[in-house]
Amino acid sequence: MAPRTPGADLPEHPTWLWHSPDPKSSYDVVIVGGGGHGLATAYYLAVNHGITNMAVLEKGWLAGGNMARNTAIIRSNYLWDESAGLYEHALKLWEGLEEELDYPLLFSQRGVLNLAHSLQEKRDSVRRVEANRLNGVDAEWLDPQQVAEICPILNTSEDLRYPVLGATWQPRAGIAKHDHVAWGFARALDRMGVDLVQGCEVTGFERVGDRVVGVETTRGPIRAGKVAMAAAGRTSVLTDTLGLRLPIQSHPLQALVSELLEPVHPTVVMSNSVHVYVSQAHKGELVLGAGIDSYNSYSQRGAFHTIEREMAAAVELFPMFARAHVLRTWGGVVDVTPDASAIMGMTPFENLYVNCGWGTGGFKATPGVGWCFAHTVAHDEPHPLNAPFSLERFTTGALVDEHGAAGVAH
Amino acid sequence: MLLIHCPWCGARDEAEFRYGGQAHVDRPPDPNAVDDREWGEYLFVRDNPRGRFSERWVHSAGCRRWFDVVRDTATNEMSAEVPSRSGRR
Amino acid sequence: MSNEFRLADGGRIDRDRPVRFDFEGQQLQGYAGDTLASALLANGVHRVATSNKYGRPRGIMAAGAEEPNALVQVEAPFPEPMLPATTVEVRDGLQASGLPGKGRLATEEDPARYDTMHTHCDVLVVGAGPAGLAAALSAARSGARVIVADADTEFGGSLLGSGQTLDGRAATDWVRRTTAELAEHPEVRLLPRTTVFGYYEDNYLVALEHRGDDASSRQRIWRMRAREVVLATGAHERPLVFSGNDRPGIMLAGSARTYVNRYAVLPGRRAVVFTTNDSAYAAAIDLHDAGVEIVAVVDAREVVSTYWASLCVERGIRIHASTGVVSTSGTDRITSAHLSSLGPEGNHPTSVRQVVTCDLLLVSGGWNPAVHLHSQARGSVRFAEDIGAFVPDGTDQAARSAGAVTGVLATGKCLTSGAEAGRDAARAAGFDAELARVPDSKHAPILAARHLWVVPGSGDSDGTTQFVDLARDATVADVRRAVAAGMDNVEHVKRYTTIGTAHDQGKTSGTLSTGVIAEVLGVGVGELGTTTFRAPYTPVTFAALAGRERGDLYDPVRVTAMHDWHVEQGALFENVGQWKRPWYYPHSGEDMETAVLRECYAVRSGVGMQDVSTLGKIDVQGPDAAEFLDLVYTNKMSTLKVGRIRYGLMCTADGMVFDDGTVTRTAEHRYLISTTSGGAANVLAHLEDWLQTEWTHLRVHLTSVTEHWATIALVGPESRQVLADVAPELDVDNDGFGFMTWQEGNVAGVHARVCRISFSGELAFEINVPWWYGREVWEVLMAGGRPYGITPYGTETMHVLRAEKGFPIVGQDTDGTITPHDLGMSWAVSKKKDDFLGKRSFSRPDTARTDRKHLVGLLPEDTNLVLPEGAQIVEQPELGEPPVPMLGHVTSSYRSAVLGSGFALAVVKGGRDRVGETLYSPVGDRPVPVTVTEPVFYDKEGARRDG
Repeated sequence: MAPRTPGADLPEHPTWLWHSPDPKSSYDVVIVGGGGHGLATAYYLAVNHGITNMAVLEKGWLAGGNMARNTAIIRSNYLWDESAGLYEHALKLWEGLEEELDYPLLFSQRGVLNLAHSLQEKRDSVRRVEANRLNGVDAEWLDPQQVAEICPILNTSEDLRYPVLGATWQPRAGIAKHDHVAWGFARALDRMGVDLVQGCEVTGFERVGDRVVGVETTRGPIRAGKVAMAAAGRTSVLTDTLGLRLPIQSHPLQALVSELLEPVHPTVVMSNSVHVYVSQAHKGELVLGAGIDSYNSYSQRGAFHTIEREMAAAVELFPMFARAHVLRTWGGVVDVTPDASAIMGMTPFENLYVNCGWGTGGFKATPGVGWCFAHTVAHDEPHPLNAPFSLERFTTGALVDEHGAAGVAH
Repeated sequence: MLLIHCPWCGARDEAEFRYGGQAHVDRPPDPNAVDDREWGEYLFVRDNPRGRFSERWVHSAGCRRWFDVVRDTATNEMSAEVPSRSGRR
Repeated sequence: MSNEFRLADGGRIDRDRPVRFDFEGQQLQGYAGDTLASALLANGVHRVATSNKYGRPRGIMAAGAEEPNALVQVEAPFPEPMLPATTVEVRDGLQASGLPGKGRLATEEDPARYDTMHTHCDVLVVGAGPAGLAAALSAARSGARVIVADADTEFGGSLLGSGQTLDGRAATDWVRRTTAELAEHPEVRLLPRTTVFGYYEDNYLVALEHRGDDASSRQRIWRMRAREVVLATGAHERPLVFSGNDRPGIMLAGSARTYVNRYAVLPGRRAVVFTTNDSAYAAAIDLHDAGVEIVAVVDAREVVSTYWASLCVERGIRIHASTGVVSTSGTDRITSAHLSSLGPEGNHPTSVRQVVTCDLLLVSGGWNPAVHLHSQARGSVRFAEDIGAFVPDGTDQAARSAGAVTGVLATGKCLTSGAEAGRDAARAAGFDAELARVPDSKHAPILAARHLWVVPGSGDSDGTTQFVDLARDATVADVRRAVAAGMDNVEHVKRYTTIGTAHDQGKTSGTLSTGVIAEVLGVGVGELGTTTFRAPYTPVTFAALAGRERGDLYDPVRVTAMHDWHVEQGALFENVGQWKRPWYYPHSGEDMETAVLRECYAVRSGVGMQDVSTLGKIDVQGPDAAEFLDLVYTNKMSTLKVGRIRYGLMCTADGMVFDDGTVTRTAEHRYLISTTSGGAANVLAHLEDWLQTEWTHLRVHLTSVTEHWATIALVGPESRQVLADVAPELDVDNDGFGFMTWQEGNVAGVHARVCRISFSGELAFEINVPWWYGREVWEVLMAGGRPYGITPYGTETMHVLRAEKGFPIVGQDTDGTITPHDLGMSWAVSKKKDDFLGKRSFSRPDTARTDRKHLVGLLPEDTNLVLPEGAQIVEQPELGEPPVPMLGHVTSSYRSAVLGSGFALAVVKGGRDRVGETLYSPVGDRPVPVTVTEPVFYDKEGARRDG
C-alpha cells in the first residue's frame, strides 16, 4: 500500500460501531480487557476458531487504557528469532488489516529509523539488521548520509554530543491510528454478535480447584468456559487474587503531542541513547515518547523531568522542533518483564490464559497477539509463535532478552 | 518529580535517587538448596500491587545509601522511610 | 484605516509608544501593551484565520489563552508556529499571518537561549487576579516566602478589563498598590508573564516565563516546590452553540469588555448581546458607555435581573427575555443575528421572529472554572448545578482553590476567598498569618443562570453549523453522529469528533461539549464528568523544555588528564559512556585501517602507550573486604596475596557476565578493583546495593577513585626499557617485578603505583599517578620512549590486540545473555566457593546446556576479508527461504597486522565443539566460508608477556 502523506484528507468514521450490551450470565469465552489485545484476540477467536458466544469485559471505556495512549508505532525489526517471528507475523497481518476490517486504520508504512550513536550501538544495529534479513524482516543498515536522505530534518552532523553514526531502516514499518484499530475490531466483533461490555470490571475469578470457571465482576458473576486475560496495567492486580505471581512490574510511560504542523517528518525515528521516538501523525501533530519512569506505579502519570529530558533529546536530534509546542502530555501503565519480552500462554490454572508484559511494544503486536493468543485459547496450547513466551522461561533461564542488543526496546 | 525523604539527607527531588523495586526480598540463605522454580521466582518475580508497596530507593546523587519507603502505587504518596535492613532482590 | 476603533483615551496601552507591525501584508499600528488581537481589532480586523476543516472565516473570540479561533503564525522577529493572537504582544517589526489550524516550523535554527530555574516557597499563588492578589497579601504579610505567578503581562486578572471600582476607586489602583506592597516584601517573588502549566505530586509545579525575544534567555522554566499552593486560576467564559456561532464578530462578552476597558478598543459599532446569565450585562453596559450601540440584549431566561434591567433601561437598551440567537448571517463578519423565542426547558425550535443587523455579537453561556491545575494534581471535581460547570471538590495536595475557580463569580467574594486562602495557606506552612483586609466592591445581586447547551436551530436541524469546538470545527452534528454510532462515553465522543484536542485543549469547549453530549444522550452533565486534564495548561515550546541541555550540554563530557595532549596530536575520539577516549591517532594521509595497523605493529614490535584513565577504579576497604569480593566475583579473591593482582569476572544474580577488570590487593583489608570504562558507575551501584541491603553484616566501604588516578598503559617488548629509563628506582626485571604484581615507586619523579598487567599479551606496565600529574608523566614517558619509537594508540588498536589474544570485551563480545562458561572462562569461575553472585543460576536447565553459544574465533577463507561486526553465522552456504536458522554472530572483527589477515571473534551455538568446521557468514547477500577456531590467535603459549 502506498504511504499516506501526513495531513492528507482524513476519513470519516462509520456511522455505526457497536452496541453496549449488559453482560449475560455465561459465555464460552470471556476476555478480560477491552483494549487492542483483548479485541484482537476476540476477533481471531471468532474468525479463525468460530467462537462467538463470547464477551469482552472492559472496566472503563473500550480501548481506553494503553490503546488510547500509545504512540502507534508499528515495526518488526526485533533481534531475537522468537520476537521477530511474532512481530513479523503481526506486521504481515497489519498489511491486510484495513481491508479485512473494512475500516480506515491510517496504516502508513513510512518506515522506521533506529539510530546508532556509539560504535557498540552500531555493532548491535548491524547484528540486528543481519538477523532480521535472515528472519525475513526487511532491514538495512544506513550510513549517516543515507539517513539524512530519508529524514533530512534529522541532525546528522558530527558536532552532536552523540553523533548519528548510522541507523537501521525498516521500510515496511510505520504508524497507524490507534483508536481506529480498536474501533475496527470492535465493529467487526459487534457484527458477529460478540458482547462488548463496558464499565464492567473483573474483580476476581471463580474457581473449582485449579480450574477457572468464571469471573467476578462489578456487574455480577459471569461463568465462562475459558478466561483469557489481556488486561495490561491490571494483570498483577487480577492474578494476585489467584495467588499467581507474575514476573511483571507496572511502570508509567508517557507520551506527548505537538500542535498540528505542516508535514516535515516523513518517517519514524527512534533513538535509544538520545532517548526519544518521534513520528508525525496524519493530521500533522508530532507524536513523541521516550523511556518509562523508574518506579512502579498505576497512577497513569509520570514525572515531568522525564518529559524535559525527552524534549532535550528531540531538539538535539531535530533542531527544527525547537519552536514546536507541547500541547498535551499523558501517561499509561506498562507491564515490564525482566527480559523485556511478553508473556503469553498457559497458566497453572486450567482454562485461564494470560497475555501480559508487553512493556512498550504492545500496540505494534496487536493483530499478532490476537492471532496467537486466540490459537492458545482455542487449542489449549500455545501457537508455535508464542510458545517461547511462556512463564516457564523464568525457571529454565531461556529468556528472550530484548534489552541490550535490540537497539530500542519499544 | 516525587519528593523523597532520604533518612540521612532529608527531602530531595526524585531525580537524585535511583529506584530499587520491592523491599525485603530475602536471598535464599543457601541458593543451592532451592529448586529451579524457587530460584527463578527469587530472581525474577516481585510483588506488583496497586496500593501500598514497600520499596527500595538509593540516594545515588547524594549519600549513596539505600533505604526503604512505603508508597501507594495508585497515588504515589510516600510514607515511612527507614534505612534498608535486609532483603533486596 | 488606523486605529479607527481605538477610543480616544483610557485603557492600559502606552500611547506614547506606538508600534508598527505587519499582518498578512497589511502595515498596521498598535501600542505597547496591545496584544496582536487588540491591535487588530483597533484597526477593524476581525477575520484572522480560516478554520481547520471547513475553511470557514474565523475571528477573535476571546482575550486570553482560551482563544479557540484566532491562530497566527509569527514570521518575524522570532518565527513561531500557531500562537493565539490574544497572547502575542505586539512589538515593532512583528510579522504574523492567520493559520488554518495548522502551523509551520521555521527551517532556521532557533538561536535563543532557554533557562531553567529551581525554587522553593512556602506559598505559591497561581493567578494574580482579585483572589490571587488577596491571597498573596495575606500570605506575604505573615513573612512567608511567597511566589505569585500570572500568565499575563501585568497583574490584576479580570480587574484589568472589567472597569470596576474597589473602595470607590478604580480597581486597577488597588491592583497597583497591592502589587507594589507585595514587591516590597523581601520574601515575595512576583512572576508576571509566567504560566504555571503543570502540577505534579508533592506540590511540584512547573511554569513557563516569557522573558521576551531580546532577553538573555527568551523563556525559562520554573521548577517550583511549594509547601502550600493557592490556585486562583479564574474562569473561562463559555460560548453558546447556535447555528453559525463561529462567524468573525462573535465574541465572548467578558472578552469584549476587556477590549474596551483594558485596550480602549471597540470591537464593533452595533452589537447584540446573547446571554444565559447576568455577567454579560456588564459587558453591554460598558460597551454602550464606550459608544457601541447595543441593539439588543437577548436573554435566554424568562426572568431577567431587575438590577441589570434598570441599568439597561436607563440607557435605552432593549432586553429580549426568553429569547435566543438561533442563527446568524455574514461572510467575513457577522451582519445580522436571528432571534427566536425560546420556551422553557425542553423547548422546540421555533421560527425566526426577528432579524437584527449588527457587526458584533457578544455571547455568554456562563463560566467554566479553570480547574485544570487542580485536576492535574488529581483533585476531584464536581458539577455545580448553580453555575452549570465543574468546580474543585477536594484534593490530596497541600492546596486550596480561591476565587472564580471555585465557581464564585462576584469580585467581592473572590477577594474574600482569596484572602482566606492566602491566610490558611501561610498558616498551614507554619506562619502566623492574618486575614488581609479586602477592599469594598459593588455587589450586584446574581440571578440564576439558565443552562443552555444547544440553542435549538430553526434552519439547521442537523446541527452542521452549530459549532461545539471551533478549533476543531466539530459540530453538534458530529456529536450526534458519534452517539448514534454507539458511543456513550465522553472520551469516545471526544476521540470520534476530535473535540477538545486542539491547541486550546478545549478551554472554551470542554464543559460545553460535555453538556451537548449529555443533552444528546439524555443524561445529566454531572453523570458524564470531564475528560482528564493533563499538562501543559497552555502550549510550551520544545526548546523551553529542553532548556540548556542541548549540544555539548546535552550530556556531560568527561575527559582525562591527558585529553588536551590527545587533541593536540590529532587523535580522533570515541564516546564511551560520557568519556571521550582517543580512538586512534592518524598520521597525515592515513585512513583508520592504516593507522590502526601501524599502531598495532608498533606495540607488538616495539612499544606503545595508551591512556586508560577512564577505566573505573573502586577502593574496597574493610576487615570483610575479602569475603565481600568472594561473593561478587566469580573467582576467589580472598586467597589473593597482598602485592598481587588477579583478573576478576562479575556476574549478575542470573549468571550473566556483568563486568570485568583487575583486582589488586593493596593491603590485608584493602583492594583496588578496576571496571570497564562504561560500567564503572553501574558496578559501584551494584556493589553498594548488595553490601548495604543483603550482606549488611559485612564491614566494607566502597569509594570511587576513578578520577584520583591517571592511568597509562605502557605496552610492548621495549616497555621495560622505557620504564627503567624514567623510573630508575623501580626494579623492573621479570624476577623482581613479576606478572600480575604491583609496586610503588617514582615514575618520572612522581609517586606511582605500577602494575604488571597486560590486555594485549605483550609485556606491559600500567602506571597510575595522581590525576594532576597525568599529562606530565605521560609526556615524560613519550619523550623517554622516543628512541624506541614509542607510539600512542587508541581504543581501536587496544581492541585489535586483545582480540588477537582472545580476550573478550564485556558489552561487545557479551550482551547480557552470556555466562563465563559461554566465554570459555570457566577457569575464572571458582569451584571451591559455596556461593557467589551468579553461581546458582548456572545450573538452571537452559543455562546448563552444553550447546549454548560459545565464544570462538573465526578465520574467513578469504584472508583479505574482514567480516562485518554483527554479521550472522549460518550452517549452510545456501540460505534458502527465511527464516534461516542462525548459529550466532560476529562480535569483534579486525585486520591483524601480525596475522596478515582478517580475523574475528564470534559467539556460535556449540562453538567449542565446532572448532575446525567451516561455517558461513552472509556478507551482503553472499554467504562466505569461515573456519571456526580457538579464540586465541596470537602467542597461544603466552611467551611474550614477560618480554
